[in-house]
Amino acid sequence: MKVAIVQSKPRKGQVEENIAQLGAIFAQLAGEEPAYDLIVLPEAALTGYFLEGAVYDLAFESEALAERLGGLWRAASPPRAVRPVAIVLGFYENAGGTYYNSAFYVEIGSASQRIVHVHRKMFLPTYGVFDEERFVSRGRRLEAFESRLGRMALLICEDAWHAIMPTLAAIKGARVLIVPSASPGRGFAAPGELESVRYWRDVLRSYAAEHGVFVLYAGLAGFEGGKGMAGSSCAIDPFGDVVGTLPALGEHVLKVQLDLDDVEIARARLPLLGDLAAVLPDLLGSVSSGSAAQRAELSGSPALQRGEP
Amino acid sequence: MLDVVDATEPRIPALGVDGPLLAQWLEAFLHDEIVVRRNTYRAVLGLSGGVDSAVVAFLCTRALGAENVHALRLPYRTSSPDSLVDAQAVVDALGCRCRDIDITAAVDGYLSMEPEADQRRRGNVMARVRMLVLFDQSAKLGALPVGTGNKTERLMGYFTWHADDSPPLNPLGDLFKTQVWELARYLGVPERLVAKAPSADLQADQTDEGDLGITYAQADRILALMLAGYNDAKIAARGFEPREVALVRERLDGTHWKRHLPTTAMLSNTAINEFYLRPVDF
Repeated sequence: MKVAIVQSKPRKGQVEENIAQLGAIFAQLAGEEPAYDLIVLPEAALTGYFLEGAVYDLAFESEALAERLGGLWRAASPPRAVRPVAIVLGFYENAGGTYYNSAFYVEIGSASQRIVHVHRKMFLPTYGVFDEERFVSRGRRLEAFESRLGRMALLICEDAWHAIMPTLAAIKGARVLIVPSASPGRGFAAPGELESVRYWRDVLRSYAAEHGVFVLYAGLAGFEGGKGMAGSSCAIDPFGDVVGTLPALGEHVLKVQLDLDDVEIARARLPLLGDLAAVLPDLLGSVSSGSAAQRAELSGSPALQRGEP
Repeated sequence: MLDVVDATEPRIPALGVDGPLLAQWLEAFLHDEIVVRRNTYRAVLGLSGGVDSAVVAFLCTRALGAENVHALRLPYRTSSPDSLVDAQAVVDALGCRCRDIDITAAVDGYLSMEPEADQRRRGNVMARVRMLVLFDQSAKLGALPVGTGNKTERLMGYFTWHADDSPPLNPLGDLFKTQVWELARYLGVPERLVAKAPSADLQADQTDEGDLGITYAQADRILALMLAGYNDAKIAARGFEPREVALVRERLDGTHWKRHLPTTAMLSNTAINEFYLRPVDF
């Protein structure tokens, strides 16, 4: 499976300009041999991340956006030689007047396209510099889905900071976790790498190794009103090793070749996911089936109180 | 007896910065904000002879090239001659453009009508005249004004409101003073500027640390703990003087207003920045 992770740097709110730029990137990728199977783009890749109230002006209807992407890919392809490709893209979604921070997985063919899955971000950061829940609604479902390339799951940015999310995605059968993200870089004390980038890398490697999954992380780039999106897109194999990574700054493409059979080899070597599948019902039962008093105690526990931002 | 690893020392925030990483980041910030977002390619800044504006001049030169950086030396008749010399050392090191505009006539023209004005008022008038010059030169040169205020002076309220803080861009505003010093040494700012006692140079023999009543080294670490959410008692328990903790707390809590835009009476459900919300780069 040949993958391009596109680390893009949209112009804030300039949707048409950003779509044209994506068309130019498609033109660069569409003619390459061997063909790409999957192209992954970051969160909010066509608008920029911090939109505040402009979310309502710029949100996309998912079917219309998929059609636009399909047309863009076909227009960028060599004449009479459109190769099928899957595209993952993060975008603000208008679902009949309810707004989400979403990402979808679209399979594009020579004449049409099909949305295979839409994931609506479940964990909306609303603290410090983040204000998502003020403007968009929470997604309510985490699903793994079948694609032509195998079983996958999408997690958007903070979704992937909660260890239970990749865990449940893997339990539901995902072999590839795709993480579109927009992460403002911070922390310059450590030598050579932003602290926020290091944190991302550490948690993603840990999920990949524990569950035996590939992780494809696409980070937005560019500065948005002083907040620098810290790119650092990467691909991690099911052994937890980084296959390739991009710099924090600037627009780039990361090209990787993945063999999904590595998932079985990794899981045979370290069968933690199988162990978890056996024990998980007991673990979840201890959380959900306790007495009302126990649940109240849990929900009021200091560990669940929000700290200082 | 077993060996004991003693890790009971109170933890103080480490304020070190990685110079190359930070310089590259701020260079990208200036390039994105000036060239990509605003479609211009020149910057203008006041060069005081102090370390903050020297660092900004170095960063702007990295981002835009020396020929696109317009430094202004803006002396008043009481300014220290050393300030002019130190500012010149920066210009010589970078090869950027530089012009001297003496603000004495403008400042004294107004103050001649306010002869009783004390040093604080006089200092604020000088700072505001410097900003007037900076913005007018911006219009003349087609260059974006770049600010030089650091996080310590912003948090301590040690600046003139709507003067030092008014340029549309500021690369240093989230760096404590001690971090600016570290960045300056990495960038190659002349050591004399990094080592000398920081001063607003609004009156003779003035130093920041004398005005503030605390060293930057102490103030920065106390501020870092306060911003992380520690109360005064917990900070003092980490070995800081309660008098200094109280001094910093008073300055921090007494100046929140200086870190905001003017307070507007909200009258509708479309009040700007209350209900009508658009990001600065939209």
